[in-house]
Amino acid sequence: MSESERIKKDAPIAVEMKNIVKMFGSFRANDGVNLTVRKGEIHAILGENGAGKSTLMNILYGLYQPTSGTIAINGKQVKIDGPNKAIELGIGMVHQHFMLVQPFTVTENIILGMEPMKSVGRVNMKAARAKVQEISERYGLNVNPDAKIEDISVGMQQRAEILKVLYRGADILILDEPTSSLTPQEIVELIHIMHNLTKEGKTIIIITHKLKEIKESADKCTIIRQGKYIDTVDVADVSEHDLASMMVGRNVEFVVDKKEHEFGDVALKIEGLYAKDYRNIDVVRGLDLQVRRGEIVGIAGIDGNGQTELVEVLTGLRKATQGKITMNGKDAYNKTPRELFDMGISSIPADRQKHGLVLDYSVEENLLLQNIDNAPYSKHGAINFKAMHEHAVELTQKFDVRPSGCEGNPAGSLSGGNQQKVIIAREVTNDKDLLIAVNPTRGLDVGAIEYVHRYIVDQRNKGKAVLLVSFELDEVMSLSDRIDVIFEGKIVDSIPGSEADENQLGLLMAGGGKTHG
Amino acid sequence: MAKKLLKGNFIYTLFAIIVGFAVGAIAMGVAGYNPLEAYGSLFGVVFDTTKTMSYSFIEYATPYILTGLSVAFSFKTGIFNIGAEGQYVMGSVAAMLVGAFVPAPAVVLIPLCILASVAVGVLWGGLVGYLKVRFGSHEVLCMIMFNWIAYYLSNFLVLADGINVGGGKTWSHSIQDAAKITITDWFPKNAVSSRTHFGIVIAILCVIAIYYIINRTTLGYRLKAVGYNRSAAEYAGINANRCVIVSLAISGALASLAGGLQVMGVTYKVTQFAAQESYGFNGITVALIGATNPIGTLIAGWFFGAMKYAGTRMKLLDGTRVPKEIVDIIMGCIVFFIAISNLFRAFVMNRGKKGGKA
Ligand SMILES: Nc1ncnc2c1ncn2[C@@H]1O[C@H](COP(=O)(O)OP(=O)(O)OP(=O)(O)O)[C@@H](O)[C@H]1O
Ligand SMILES: [Mg+2]
Repeated sequence: MSESERIKKDAPIAVEMKNIVKMFGSFRANDGVNLTVRKGEIHAILGENGAGKSTLMNILYGLYQPTSGTIAINGKQVKIDGPNKAIELGIGMVHQHFMLVQPFTVTENIILGMEPMKSVGRVNMKAARAKVQEISERYGLNVNPDAKIEDISVGMQQRAEILKVLYRGADILILDEPTSSLTPQEIVELIHIMHNLTKEGKTIIIITHKLKEIKESADKCTIIRQGKYIDTVDVADVSEHDLASMMVGRNVEFVVDKKEHEFGDVALKIEGLYAKDYRNIDVVRGLDLQVRRGEIVGIAGIDGNGQTELVEVLTGLRKATQGKITMNGKDAYNKTPRELFDMGISSIPADRQKHGLVLDYSVEENLLLQNIDNAPYSKHGAINFKAMHEHAVELTQKFDVRPSGCEGNPAGSLSGGNQQKVIIAREVTNDKDLLIAVNPTRGLDVGAIEYVHRYIVDQRNKGKAVLLVSFELDEVMSLSDRIDVIFEGKIVDSIPGSEADENQLGLLMAGGGKTHG
Repeated sequence: MAKKLLKGNFIYTLFAIIVGFAVGAIAMGVAGYNPLEAYGSLFGVVFDTTKTMSYSFIEYATPYILTGLSVAFSFKTGIFNIGAEGQYVMGSVAAMLVGAFVPAPAVVLIPLCILASVAVGVLWGGLVGYLKVRFGSHEVLCMIMFNWIAYYLSNFLVLADGINVGGGKTWSHSIQDAAKITITDWFPKNAVSSRTHFGIVIAILCVIAIYYIINRTTLGYRLKAVGYNRSAAEYAGINANRCVIVSLAISGALASLAGGLQVMGVTYKVTQFAAQESYGFNGITVALIGATNPIGTLIAGWFFGAMKYAGTRMKLLDGTRVPKEIVDIIMGCIVFFIAISNLFRAFVMNRGKKGGKA
């Protein structure tokens, strides 16, 4: 046991939650959960989608009141009846989905709601900015206080959120799935920042589904399954595999079972494609790509090399400026989303809350977003609610969307991972000739990832074409029949999936490989 | 869940109404009127006889039910139809023109007038939708312009040769008897107001139809999806632009129908306005009180109509008239408190019930 670990073991207890129960109606989201976190510790919370992790943290942050159970902060029993109370106690939370005002600068967002005043009605911007800058430097957050939120990367938005929490004087930081929308590079930075924070005596509670991150960053890990407390372990003593089985309650297979087979005709063919991004700069520059039936083509690349815009063009959200796209031999260049869907392209979008779901709609309504006009779901424009419901029951069961019986609930009330499952259920069931999947397992637990991977491979085995875009290299490597490396808007190399290795891919993604054409 | 929410809405609305009346009472007290007497008279006036009830719930309420429905419908689809005012005016002009100048028997003329006002509303509202999707013009600004265009166009037409009744008067020819929908003579003498008309039945049918469209049809499903989350709707292949146009066209039709029925049942002619008449703007009030729900809007329209009518006849025991502006103060307060009821709601939820979703 190293010196620093020993110190942590004896550190005073910062957070102690005992026997927490939280009911939503008759549903037990938390069912006797315990959590003990020592000062200066990084404490991970692990559990399947819908296990009740966010709920537990929302209770700690005062957003929900527990039905029963006690909370003690720094040894003193407290009642946290609102976020203001939590902030007073030195607790800060960064939510699963960011809460920043887009047209405001970082500083403006950070002081929002607690603006330092020069005199009544006049905000002391200069002092605020200086303090933001100071915190940013102290913890190596590397945030530009004057940048507008809409102009900065997701990674920097995240750091701005952390900064906001620190600005409010938090000593205990709750991070709810901070890494699920970050690129691998940004994750490395975040882990580094977390260590900086604990070195300064901050305590961190982090929710993540990525076991590797837990191993790399956390000291302790508390496991929750279906609302129930399972165990708290020393991360150093367990393997990723142990963690996975504890959380799911069964053995999880990390490898995908995929048999060799012959590929069919070309389904999607792209030639010399050009497209601009929102700044009107060419980011897709002469891209060639094809996907055959029965084939999974994975796109590997560092974020910002044109993959986002490529997908937007293929799904009708963005107009290309030049090039040729065909789907099953038919022209699919610059068509509307509806036309592309009818031509046989369905997709799992990168931003589930923006493009994937209508959060105010129920799960059953969301499952028919594209198909409401088809029999049996409607007739002469009148919706058949019974057919809609039955459809939803079938899909939520098949795709294990939890909690069971959630068909009528608003999609927004589902846990993040279960929202993702709703989209996957819908798009896989559409059963189109081409499935485009963008970060399809973002925010999913390892058990659910296993299922999703199986569904994607099933589509391939049925002779459908699959285009997979993912930041997770592991995912791309384990699923793809062929990996196309994208760099600066072009496919720079194409490798059979079975031959790829991480180092070689990393080199190619950074532009270090041979370039074609 | 939905039931709970509705109940929630209802409680806050009721609360706002009570506070509105309380503020009205204070205003009257300050102005030297006895509020209890005034409110007693307010209630008495409305429910006095079948005649006063027909004033309140038919003659006065009908246009507000429809403009309220128009605004409520637009809200449901993520748009704010502040253009109901102009659409109302256009509808009344259209009904007047057809009703006064197209020679036809009642069975033809009445549907024709209704059709004309609906059609002009579809155009007037749909055009704003078209401008929005085609040129990206902001619908709220656009509709405010359209309100003024309708206002001046109506005044211009009312004074134009051939349409103006002549003799230096500032109103149009009256519609023919065949175009009138007043049904006073269906009832015993003095049982109902002299302008009781069957527009109320049409308004109620519209409420039912809109309820059905919003909740039961694929059209409503698409419109609401665009209202809740346009990006996701578009991504799913729903033509959001078309939805915006359709939604504004339907909203426009409802507000114009209000104007048309008012001409056919109550005014029989269109008069030059000194200022905008506010049937459309009051529709916003009605929609808010009705929680933007069609059924709620019907009830709110009745409430509003009754208040408007009673406001003109509120008296103290000694016979002193209470100024009708008191009613405007009350209604204004109600809307104000409904608007900030979201704050109350957040407050109540922070007190431990439940919060949003991370
Ligand atoms: N406000 C709410 N009303 C009703 N049910 C809720 C509410 N919030 C959460 N739930 C339910 O409680 C359960 C736990 O949700 P929670 O968000 O805590 O899961 P989670 O562990 O964070 O999952 P994920 O990893 O997918 O984010 C879910 O089944 C969810 O549907
Ligand atoms: Mg969660």
